[in-house]
Amino acid sequence: MPPAPLPEPFLRWFASRGWAPRAHQLDLLARAQAGRSSLLIAPTGAGKTLAGFLPSLTELATTPKRRPGEAHRGIHTLYISPLKALAVDIERNLGTPVAEMGLDITIETRTGDTPVHKRQRQKLKPPDILLTTPEQLALLIAAGDARRFFADLRFVVLDELHSLVTSKRGHLLALGLARLRSFVPDLRVIGLSATVAQPEELRRWLVAQDGASPMADQIVVEGGAKPIIQILDSREHVPWAGHSARYAMPEVYDAIRRHQTTLLFVNTRSQAEMLFQELWRINEDSLPIALHHGSLDVAQRRKVEKAMESGSLRAIVATSTLDLGIDWGDVDLVVHVGAPKGASRLAQRIGRSNHRMDEPSEAILVPANRFEVMECRAAIEANYLGAQDTPPLVDGALDVLAQHVLGSACAEPFDEGELYREVTSAAPYARLARETFSRVVDFVATGGYALRSYERYAKIRKTKDGRWRITHPRFAQQYRLNVGTIVEAPYLNVRYVRAGRGSVSRGGPVLGKIEEGFLETIAPGDTFMFAGKVLRFEGIRENECFVSNAADQDARVPSYAGGKFPLSTYLADQVRAMLADPARWQALPEQVADWLRIQRDKSVLPAKGDLLVETFPRGNRFYMVAYPFEGRLAHQTLGMLLTRRMERAGVQPLGFVATDYSIAVWALEDIGAMARRGVVTLAALFDEDMLGDDLEAWLAESWLLKRTFRNCALISGLIEKRHPGQEKTGRQVTVSADLIYDVLRSHEPDHILMQATRADAASGLLDIGRLGEMLSRVRGRIVHKDLDRISPLAVPIMLEIGKERVEGGASDALLAEAEGDLVEEAMGNAGQD
Amino acid sequence: MLARTEDTRRTSITARLAGREVILDMVGALVDPEASMLVVSDLHLEKGSSYARRGSMLPPYDTMATLARLGALLARHDPAIVISLGDSFHDGEGAARLAEPARAALAAMMAGRQWLWVAGNHDPEPPSGLGGDCVAEVAVGGLRFRHEPSKDGRDGEVAGHLHPGARIVRRGRAVRRACFASDGRRLIMPAFGAYTGMLNVMDRAYRGLFDWPEFRAHLLGRERIYTIAGAQLRPG
Repeated sequence: MPPAPLPEPFLRWFASRGWAPRAHQLDLLARAQAGRSSLLIAPTGAGKTLAGFLPSLTELATTPKRRPGEAHRGIHTLYISPLKALAVDIERNLGTPVAEMGLDITIETRTGDTPVHKRQRQKLKPPDILLTTPEQLALLIAAGDARRFFADLRFVVLDELHSLVTSKRGHLLALGLARLRSFVPDLRVIGLSATVAQPEELRRWLVAQDGASPMADQIVVEGGAKPIIQILDSREHVPWAGHSARYAMPEVYDAIRRHQTTLLFVNTRSQAEMLFQELWRINEDSLPIALHHGSLDVAQRRKVEKAMESGSLRAIVATSTLDLGIDWGDVDLVVHVGAPKGASRLAQRIGRSNHRMDEPSEAILVPANRFEVMECRAAIEANYLGAQDTPPLVDGALDVLAQHVLGSACAEPFDEGELYREVTSAAPYARLARETFSRVVDFVATGGYALRSYERYAKIRKTKDGRWRITHPRFAQQYRLNVGTIVEAPYLNVRYVRAGRGSVSRGGPVLGKIEEGFLETIAPGDTFMFAGKVLRFEGIRENECFVSNAADQDARVPSYAGGKFPLSTYLADQVRAMLADPARWQALPEQVADWLRIQRDKSVLPAKGDLLVETFPRGNRFYMVAYPFEGRLAHQTLGMLLTRRMERAGVQPLGFVATDYSIAVWALEDIGAMARRGVVTLAALFDEDMLGDDLEAWLAESWLLKRTFRNCALISGLIEKRHPGQEKTGRQVTVSADLIYDVLRSHEPDHILMQATRADAASGLLDIGRLGEMLSRVRGRIVHKDLDRISPLAVPIMLEIGKERVEGGASDALLAEAEGDLVEEAMGNAGQD
Repeated sequence: MLARTEDTRRTSITARLAGREVILDMVGALVDPEASMLVVSDLHLEKGSSYARRGSMLPPYDTMATLARLGALLARHDPAIVISLGDSFHDGEGAARLAEPARAALAAMMAGRQWLWVAGNHDPEPPSGLGGDCVAEVAVGGLRFRHEPSKDGRDGEVAGHLHPGARIVRRGRAVRRACFASDGRRLIMPAFGAYTGMLNVMDRAYRGLFDWPEFRAHLLGRERIYTIAGAQLRPG
């Protein structure tokens, strides 16, 4: 069915440019005009933005304008993006055609940066199109005038939907959307997304889950020219381990020189810093190369973005802050340093290059080590085959729901049954049990404790009309200060001071923010890289970290264990398949193929469904290395559980290290010999039942669970991020979440927030789901190689040993060491003779 | 690999304070055996309900958790005198909010003992209806007990208020623990309450209180007490 003909200004505008509306743009318009919600899946450069707004623009262009004296109309179209920067970008990109067509349509942004007077004005005189973020939507619907403000709403456009739905922000947004639908039942929702594995999930996400509404329609735009992706075939030696890719910098620099504008992506901030330093070290032509990551000061980031827009940069080193579809300049090369960890992420990042759909994008992958070579290869094949690996959607988080329940009460008194129906119409909460919902309401009211001692302090209370209402306006104020689901690790400002005067002067500029956790591990005088500089750590004062210029250029780089993202399930599968199939090694660089051949001769390469476990002695230790390829998080959990079991079996494990690909455990006893004698069996060590009692016992003490609890406590409103009148930072949270956790765990382990915490940890930091699948998959398929020396495949992880930080319960041992130094100091050298 | 083997489990240690021997228990109490006296500081009872009043519904189990630890401590040492060194309650109405089971547990602990509530900044008024004696400051066996450390640094002063904690950094990892802070002349007690945080002994608030070369932090570990010199400690 064709849409109604485009209004005159649109036809003129297209014609004046020699363009015609694209098929998918008209398709989407027709469906919108028929009252349908749609999901538009299109690659970058396909005119997605215009497609998403065309239904709104045409409708607004033909609506009679408000006459003087008439009441102001409400918002017509709400656009929501995951990034503030994207909203700002769209304002510009949409404003241009609107101005050129001479349309009388107002477009404004509303983000955390919008000044108060502008927000107030927006409430009185709403723009036709409001561009905003999920957090701002939560605030808008929690206001008392929400119903009126959104009464005229016709469209919601959700940008980068694929990236929104996998997080708690997505849950918050889904709840907000359900609320908007309760105001405007025939609301049309348009989702814009990159290619995803399960589009049905997103199509459901866009419409009410009430059993009556059909799924949203789907429009798919096929990709244009295939990207040209190469793995850097380095003349240099590809390292066995590590994440720096330092070896390839001269070759990367050459590539930058040969192109107009290059985007260099890395996985972590520390890699970005390192890469930036290395490039400048060899930047003989003084090419304008810039750095961009989320920890840098905003002003500095804006400067880089401006320079990029105006085309005055030759290269920019960036982390995920630039992942999403911000449209700048003409990038003709994307370099990805380190493995992309997921095929979807690779596709997304390569989409940055060459925003004209019909020309192929050019990309170079630079693996940092040999396993990454295989991973890059697998990612390329996936990108060609169109295979996608976006993480599966999880059920809506209860801490987010708690926040929404309080927000609902802030807007107007609610009926519990009605709100339950509304909440369960949001896709992530469709399976929420009525009883669980009641417990969340109870949690919001009084904390939901079995010991019902807080009734008199209730934040919301059921009144005679059966509706829950807020008991004091100050709780609405608290809600507004604490809305959102982004809980950052405590950050400190990094401020420049003169060397050695950290405690005295405090005049210098702020360079950005850095995690407190990193600063915990360094002492005054240590050097590290930040904001493209090598800095000397001078000390901490309140919420600031003082730094000065370091004298030398060899910094101690912020040490992360590896990539920020764990290897995706899909890529892991591909890498396993590649290992098992020598025919596919031809596609790999010769030195890597050679490495695999030697492994085959000296040990074995596992068949695709098998788990290879090697044991061998080295020095005065005995090692066990397993290769599950399930990603760092799952491997860390496996390591914790394996060492507990080995302890009981008398193997005397001393430690372990985990990477994305493998796990190594070292012990005092000969694991290989014990397995030969049948004292231990690997099948028993790797049995799935480790996910029972062992997991429970470990979890109880795990710092991972405490960190997860802190996030849940903040999001759910149990503890406040900010309190009216006092800006609280992570360092100053007056009651530590760890202490609350300890008390709650021992007194009410089944409390709803503990449940939320465990659910989060299982899918997040611990990756238990993935570990469980692996253990059941390899049952009966463990291949044990008892070697008398280290195998080629084991070299990469063995090189990681010693680089890892000491984790877990060893804190008393560290205290004992520190105490021991006191004894040595007191005894002088006496003990050494 | 990490730990030096210790042949004695130091769940408590003996320290000298202004010439007098005292026992520092890893639970966070000071014991003077000669005077049959036990001292704890900064219980902050009813902190949970104090927060609940302003909308943060912290788990309401802190008071019982704190009292259970105190009860175990008293059973172990069976002192004749107990000093609660100020900030026993998180706010002035804390004592009035005590639930019946907590009130009963406290009464059982106080029975047959001399019980001294030292006034603190959170609870300057005596706790109502609980018994015991209320004092601003008290001297027993050559030691003086008060809530806030005095600036003129008298020998033998035992105080609380600051919630001392200490931090070490080893092998790329930081460990932070509550501690007794002492230079052998005066001592500051760790906070005992279940919801009490800590303030690093390197903070400005401690400036001028200690003779730094003699300073030791006695950290409350999971397994025992660790005595660590000032040079090993880190701010933050």
